[in-house]
Amino acid sequence: MSLHATRRRRQASFRWAVVGVIGLFFALPIVAMVEFTTRAPGGGRTLDTWATLFNFSLIDADYPELKHGVLASAGLTLVTVTIMLVMLVPTMTWVRLRLPGLRRLVEFICLLPLTIPAIVLVVGLAPVYAWVAYFLGESSLWLALAYVILVLPYAYRALDAGLGAIDVKTLAESARSLGAGWPTVMWRIILPNVRTAVLSAAFLSVALVLGEFTIASLFSRDNLQVAINLLGKRDSSLAIAAALAFMILAFVVLLAMSFVGSGRRSNRPEEN
Amino acid sequence: MAPIGRKPVGALLGVLPFFAYTTIFLGIPTLIVVVGAFLDGNGHPTFGNLSALTQPQIVAAFIHSTVLSAVTAVLGAVLGALLAYAVSTAREGGLMRRLVASLCGVLAQFGGVTLAFAFIATFSSQGFLTLWLQKYGMDLADSNWLYEPYKGLVLVYTYFQIPLMLIVFLPAVEGLRPQWREATESLGGSTWNYWRHVAGPILAPSFIGAMLLLFTNAFSAYATAAALISQGSPIIPLQIGGTLSSEVILGQENVGKAMALGMVAIVAVVMTLYVVLERRTTKWLGS
Repeated sequence: MSLHATRRRRQASFRWAVVGVIGLFFALPIVAMVEFTTRAPGGGRTLDTWATLFNFSLIDADYPELKHGVLASAGLTLVTVTIMLVMLVPTMTWVRLRLPGLRRLVEFICLLPLTIPAIVLVVGLAPVYAWVAYFLGESSLWLALAYVILVLPYAYRALDAGLGAIDVKTLAESARSLGAGWPTVMWRIILPNVRTAVLSAAFLSVALVLGEFTIASLFSRDNLQVAINLLGKRDSSLAIAAALAFMILAFVVLLAMSFVGSGRRSNRPEEN
Repeated sequence: MAPIGRKPVGALLGVLPFFAYTTIFLGIPTLIVVVGAFLDGNGHPTFGNLSALTQPQIVAAFIHSTVLSAVTAVLGAVLGALLAYAVSTAREGGLMRRLVASLCGVLAQFGGVTLAFAFIATFSSQGFLTLWLQKYGMDLADSNWLYEPYKGLVLVYTYFQIPLMLIVFLPAVEGLRPQWREATESLGGSTWNYWRHVAGPILAPSFIGAMLLLFTNAFSAYATAAALISQGSPIIPLQIGGTLSSEVILGQENVGKAMALGMVAIVAVVMTLYVVLERRTTKWLGS
């Protein structure tokens, strides 16, 4: 048993050493962002930049691009997640129920964007977006149509794991034999049973959409990252503060999510 | 109200929206790149775009991208694997694990502009570390090392490769059972024996797979370099971006598509390598 205890101790010190050294590398740029945004003109410290960032009426008046970017990204997040869920959940359920022969093909298509870099997709999407602009207008919101493709692989994996953990066929057959139509089966039977997977697919999509820059920037559309980048050319201190603020926000959301997810998992019996 | 298992034609209608959508926003763009790479400005077939790829700045960009991705994939994989192992020895569900996992989720996804700004705040001529080091007589300010592919970009890319490695590799490390270690010990094996003959071979396929994933991740990255570098296009995604946003030379309208095709080809080679390696390792493990 003493061997065990020695190893425990050694592992603990190894753990702290590695996490400490790598953590330092990761902390440095973040500390630098804090330092950079709190510089006062004559030397010393000030919170002026942060006060500006959280003064919404001032931002609205002086930095409208930032406001537009935030609003556009919020809209994009909503539309992307909606299209992704409305398209993917029924399709994947349907394939499991009625067309198992197509499962490989659907999987292949969903994972395909992993091998096609976003910058390549932009090249190919340019003519497609000329048509989108022609039929639907120039709004930044239509970027969501391309973002759905970007989030496909991650969303597919999350949803596939969720659907694999329940007996889709039996659930659907029971519901149907009790007289439920397909919409009821989807909405009241399948969806509640895979809500953890839906949640995780949605959050992965949110993180990806909020961080997206390539497509929006090359199509000259607004989103959060494009706005922050633009702001960097005018007021680097404020831009860095904005970038840091949104990163912290994302971190808090992800951390909170890890507690929500585990809370639910612990209610379920262990599967091994 | 057809019972499950009948009417396959009707059933196909259910997947029609998915296939229509992915055809328009994934299939057609891919085709446009592949076909466009072999068309000139007037829509006639040509190999001119491919031969334009031999222009010195494009060749240099391809080499920069490949070396940058390979170096940061190895660095990220090694450091990320160490971090993953260190974290895996912590208590499951403990605060440290949650913190590291959430932080890595953010840092891996929130690359791009934020990351570029973070490094500008640290290493640019007015950056935190630059000013701090100046006090001790070290000067980083007069060179543009931060914007060079083999110096600054390696550092910046490693910053998002390590967290991705942790996310991808942690499940594999968590799969190591304490019983295997105990079994090794009860047979008289040392820690080295355990890593060399038990844990190493078990982790090798996922380690190599993760490393190849990291390569494609760095190779595809556009945002970080675009936000960081304002002059020149040292890596291939920036070259492609340049053909989209600026005036292109007559007769070279589709060179961007040829470069895009080149990128897809390299990613495809890496992915094939991954499949082959994985099959081999499984075979070797199985025998």
